[in-house]
Amino acid sequence: MKTVSIIGAGPAGIEAAYVLAKQGVAVSLFEKSSSPLKNIADKAFLFPNFAAATDIVEQMNRKLLNANITQHLDTDIVGLVHEGEQGWKLTDNRGNSYYSDNVVLATGYTPFDAHRKEELGYGIYNGVVTSLEMEKMIRYNQIVNSMGEKPKRVVFLQCVGSRDEKSGNHYCSKVCCVTAVKQAIEIKKQLPDAEAYIFYMDLRMWGQHFEEMYRQSQQDYGVRYVRGRISEASGTFDGRVQIKAEDTLMGLPLKMTTDLLVLMVGMEASEGTRCLAKAAGICGEYGFAQSTDPHLGDNLTGQQGLYVCGACKRPMSINDVVNDGRAAAFAILEG
Amino acid sequence: MEKRFWNEYQKEIADDHFFYERSCIRQTFFPGSEAAFLRILRNELGKDICDNPHQHTCTGIGYHSDVVPFETTMTVVARLFSLMTECGYENYVPSCVTSFGVFSEVIEKWENNPKLLEQARQYLWEATKREFNIPKNIVHPSDVIYKFRFDLKPKMKYQLVNRFTGKPLRVVEHIGCHYAKIFPERGIGKAEFPYVLAGMIEAWGGEVIDYPERRHCCGFGFRQYLVQENRGYSIANTKKKFQSMEPYEPDFILTNCPGCNMFLDKWQYTIAEMEHKTYDKEGYGIPVLTYEELAGLLLGYDPWKLGFQLHQVQSEPLFNKIGIAYNPDEKYKGISGRLLPRPARPECLRQD
Repeated sequence: MKTVSIIGAGPAGIEAAYVLAKQGVAVSLFEKSSSPLKNIADKAFLFPNFAAATDIVEQMNRKLLNANITQHLDTDIVGLVHEGEQGWKLTDNRGNSYYSDNVVLATGYTPFDAHRKEELGYGIYNGVVTSLEMEKMIRYNQIVNSMGEKPKRVVFLQCVGSRDEKSGNHYCSKVCCVTAVKQAIEIKKQLPDAEAYIFYMDLRMWGQHFEEMYRQSQQDYGVRYVRGRISEASGTFDGRVQIKAEDTLMGLPLKMTTDLLVLMVGMEASEGTRCLAKAAGICGEYGFAQSTDPHLGDNLTGQQGLYVCGACKRPMSINDVVNDGRAAAFAILEG
Repeated sequence: MEKRFWNEYQKEIADDHFFYERSCIRQTFFPGSEAAFLRILRNELGKDICDNPHQHTCTGIGYHSDVVPFETTMTVVARLFSLMTECGYENYVPSCVTSFGVFSEVIEKWENNPKLLEQARQYLWEATKREFNIPKNIVHPSDVIYKFRFDLKPKMKYQLVNRFTGKPLRVVEHIGCHYAKIFPERGIGKAEFPYVLAGMIEAWGGEVIDYPERRHCCGFGFRQYLVQENRGYSIANTKKKFQSMEPYEPDFILTNCPGCNMFLDKWQYTIAEMEHKTYDKEGYGIPVLTYEELAGLLLGYDPWKLGFQLHQVQSEPLFNKIGIAYNPDEKYKGISGRLLPRPARPECLRQD
């Protein structure tokens, strides 16, 4: 049986490894961090069923116990080249080389760096946080404003670093809309007296139960939605955040003060994705890896033995990437 | 301000040999500022700067009011550049922020549309038989003072410190829209957190106030004040800024734009007359300074020669806080040495 190297121990990489290992394939799983599932580790609950992220992480970690999977943690793969009969050669940042017949690129995404939208005050005002930081606050039941107090108002802003000319990312990051709805509901569950506002361009409730969550957030939790983008955030005298926006349904400018402004940061190709997609000659748009065909060859690359799966191709939700990891495994098995 | 990323954005500023272009209106409202800039560059920094007497308007106000077409503006700008070229300079320094924006815009259009550049050269030649080079470096004078702020500091007699409390003076800085909002990369600190004035304030001992309406318009928006019926919008903008900065108790306001200076200063009188309201505790109003006035003041220049007596909000309380030496008897002395008539005192804005 041929050997497989999988780069990236996120949900896509783990699922691919698990499926292959169950079929008796020897899998080497490389992860640059010291533990797998780094991007899920601090999440609280996952949409659409509010499953505890810890349960998902636990179940996925259990899959790694398969004897056919060899984990290489703290191993940053920086080189990827096909060397004829020897197959694919992977090189890590310490200069070690690894050979295998097949490679699955599952290097995932990196969250958009909100500092780049400096008009929104991230890194400048303590009351401005990202959706990842809010997720941690929810998870550890520590939703507090910059003074360490329970917030009376929380404002979410969609499409930070997505669908955005200024940051150069014209694509939709797909998961931010529903994540904001989910987080707003969680805030209302933990702090029923707090107000929650979501500023949006349009709400893309594409998945099963998403529309219902959106409706539920309004009917059962009183989350308020404003169609408009926030143009500017400033610090106020009392440590809160003042925002300016245009309510495009009302056709009026709007100014509001909030305790917390949550920036729903989008997904960008991770450094590993950019580097290895370039090395392997499969660069797509925006630094993501490119498959041969989005319909019938979405795990193939046009290069023998090289496969792609998960958010290294484009923004995806967790359930998407798990399915895509599985699909990549079957593509390898089909040969 | 929790953290500061704004000073990471810098730009190229020439080191010497500047061609200076004066503003249409600054000498009326802040008559000592441009002279102070030339004095600072020549006498304090030993720089070469040309003050050509044949210069003229850049058409900025007319252009932004849709009175002057772009082709005319472009040709007028070309003539100014021809003066610079004839004098043998390459580094252009327009005194006014609107001029800086106009020049930046014209050059940008020329770079992106060479036909327009050809047209400008043709128009200028037909009208004046002149030719011109595009400046190699075009910056605002506030950029130049910013660049040399640490060279000036050891020469300064005073610092931005309250001599009674020993604490840094708290300063609101306001940047003209056309400095960085049109071309963010051409402003130090870019458009959201311009650092050009903040850098001076911090270098000279003061503390910058970051208040919610920091980026809001000063009220000088051309269409707001040129049309009399729209002036309510102008004063409403200015008032919004004052209300926002009031809780921070600023010691003074520093600007780099003629219009911002004028409106932030003079609308304080109007608001005081209309609403009996000033935005400082003592009722004097908040002094509004140009960066040249501030640099000159700290270098020990006579405040009356810098033109402080022509401000609407008088600055003696600020002088006293810093410890600036001044002679009240010479405040209204003309160049001939004769005392000029004292202006009428406002009813609601306090003056000593």
